[in-house]
Amino acid sequence: MKTYGIIAKFDDPSALVHAAEQIKDAGFKNFDCHSPFPVHGLDDAMGLKRSKLGYVIGVCGLIGALFGFGLQTWVHLSEYPMNISGKPFFAYPAYFIITFELMVLFSAFGAVFGMMYFNKIPRLHHPLFYSEKFSSVTSDAFYVSIESSDPKYDEKEVEDFLKKIGGKDIEILKDEYEE
Amino acid sequence: MSEAVIKSRAQKNSEELLLGDQTFTTITNDISGIPEQKKAPIQWKLAFALALSLVSVFVGALGYLIWEGVGIWGVNAPIGWGWAIINFVWWVGIGHAGTLISAILHLFRQNWRNSINRFAETMTLFAVICALIFPGIHIGRIWLAYWFFPVPNQMAMWPNFRSPLIWDFFAVFTYFTVSLLFWYTGLIPDLATLRDRAKTKLRKKIYGFFALGWRGGNRQWQHYELAYLVLAGIATPLVLSVHSVVSSDFAVSIIPGWHTTIFPPYFVAGAIYSGFGMVMTLVIAARSIYNLKHIFTISHLDKMAQIMLLTGSIVGYSYVMEFFIAWYSGNPYESYAFINRALGPYWWAYWTMISCNVILPQFFWFKRFRTHVPFLFIASILVNIGMWFERFVIVVISLHRDYMPSAWAMYSPTIWDIAIYLGTFGIFFTGFLLFLRFLPMVSMTEIKLVLPESNPQHGDH
Repeated sequence: MKTYGIIAKFDDPSALVHAAEQIKDAGFKNFDCHSPFPVHGLDDAMGLKRSKLGYVIGVCGLIGALFGFGLQTWVHLSEYPMNISGKPFFAYPAYFIITFELMVLFSAFGAVFGMMYFNKIPRLHHPLFYSEKFSSVTSDAFYVSIESSDPKYDEKEVEDFLKKIGGKDIEILKDEYEE
Repeated sequence: MSEAVIKSRAQKNSEELLLGDQTFTTITNDISGIPEQKKAPIQWKLAFALALSLVSVFVGALGYLIWEGVGIWGVNAPIGWGWAIINFVWWVGIGHAGTLISAILHLFRQNWRNSINRFAETMTLFAVICALIFPGIHIGRIWLAYWFFPVPNQMAMWPNFRSPLIWDFFAVFTYFTVSLLFWYTGLIPDLATLRDRAKTKLRKKIYGFFALGWRGGNRQWQHYELAYLVLAGIATPLVLSVHSVVSSDFAVSIIPGWHTTIFPPYFVAGAIYSGFGMVMTLVIAARSIYNLKHIFTISHLDKMAQIMLLTGSIVGYSYVMEFFIAWYSGNPYESYAFINRALGPYWWAYWTMISCNVILPQFFWFKRFRTHVPFLFIASILVNIGMWFERFVIVVISLHRDYMPSAWAMYSPTIWDIAIYLGTFGIFFTGFLLFLRFLPMVSMTEIKLVLPESNPQHGDH
């Protein structure tokens, strides 16, 4: 059966950051560092580019604002003009509240669903969950995973390499679950 | 400042915010342990029974209201906005502390918020639900509440977007949705913790479903942190806009006592004041019932009391400024409206408001009072009584005597006003108690960041 990859445990955040640097320098691409909270400096250590999520949120916010302003303009100018005390139909200062609220609303949806899209969640099954020990990563453990899809991946070599840089509890994970 | 000084300050700060010898493991155990308890504490059960009985009061009163109409309330002409609008503004105001704590204090990097933000966000959600009930049932024919929504309908009719009432609808709905998204985003990593600790299959499935398959990889954290930061960034102007828009419901009208430009900032300050009061009440109760005095420390209460001192004083300043402008404008109706507040038939409401909102927070100048837990508990309840009376003063006293003395009247609530108001407490506490029972009440992810060990530079030097 195919293997998913190798995981190794590290002691604390600083060991995780050092490990990430060494793995990056060794030329691996498909690896990840798992921790119970975001660790400062890990993005640089892993050589990750800035998240593109900001652009998605910006576009969503712009669409929200245009939609809000457009809806009000269309309703009051063409679809259902209401003459109230002779006030102007195109009362653009009065439109800004709803324009703003819809901009915020659409940006928030963009932020959350964009985050899910980039993170490829919801995904309820994953080979990493086959490891019993790995489950403590959401509580107090720090893990590194190197995927078998990495071009430099060679099971024996990767295992030795992880041992050398201080990894413990090294496990090889299968791609599919076995009872 | 030398690096050693900065470091020792950071160390000291984190000790005050987390008492005892805490590690990542003890934090996880302490906080996940609560929803994992086999049996809820007896206080929880009693509170839940009380909350559910209040929900049944609400359902009964609501049924009668729908059957009979808003005539069962104390509203009359000219006081068309009675308790329903008072309660709406009151609950929305309480709902403001959640986003303030999670968003604004996050942007200012105030890491003491990490212990109380989940608590405050949950309080916000249920407070806004309670708030949204009131405009919905106040319209009379509540089955037509969907007319608020800008949806195409068979009458080809649209809302008037130039009216503050529709702005309010958009603002509060957006606020609720964004608060829900913010709250849930914060919960994802903690739900994963509960999933990984679950002992039974059912728990694993339910927590696992809502944790969305979170694996704590840095490739996930990277997008997650940016999403959280942006949510905080957009929630900050949002929270300031919501109560400003609520205040426009009043300020855009021409009623003396309502028609003032000071309303938006004054309402926002009052909202934050009352919201912190409610957070304080709930935190003090929870820390003693669940034995979390090492996580909700005296230092947290002290800092919350300082924010209440600040916002309470802004509110006090606004009261003074309102009076000054009423006199300075030379408008006899405006001047009368304010004299009538302090010395008219509802003087007791006005002076309750002044005592709770202006005089009470002045005790918080002294550290002794800011760290005295029983005092803080009583004060936090008085804050919300005072803020309720503020809305009573604004709504009822302004309406009951306006321009024409022949149109003056008095207002008193009926039993149904009281039943529906008490009923919303049932809804609020039912929701909140279920949260305490099944979800981590403190953000484990964020509180771990308060520990010095979470910094990779820790111990390197």
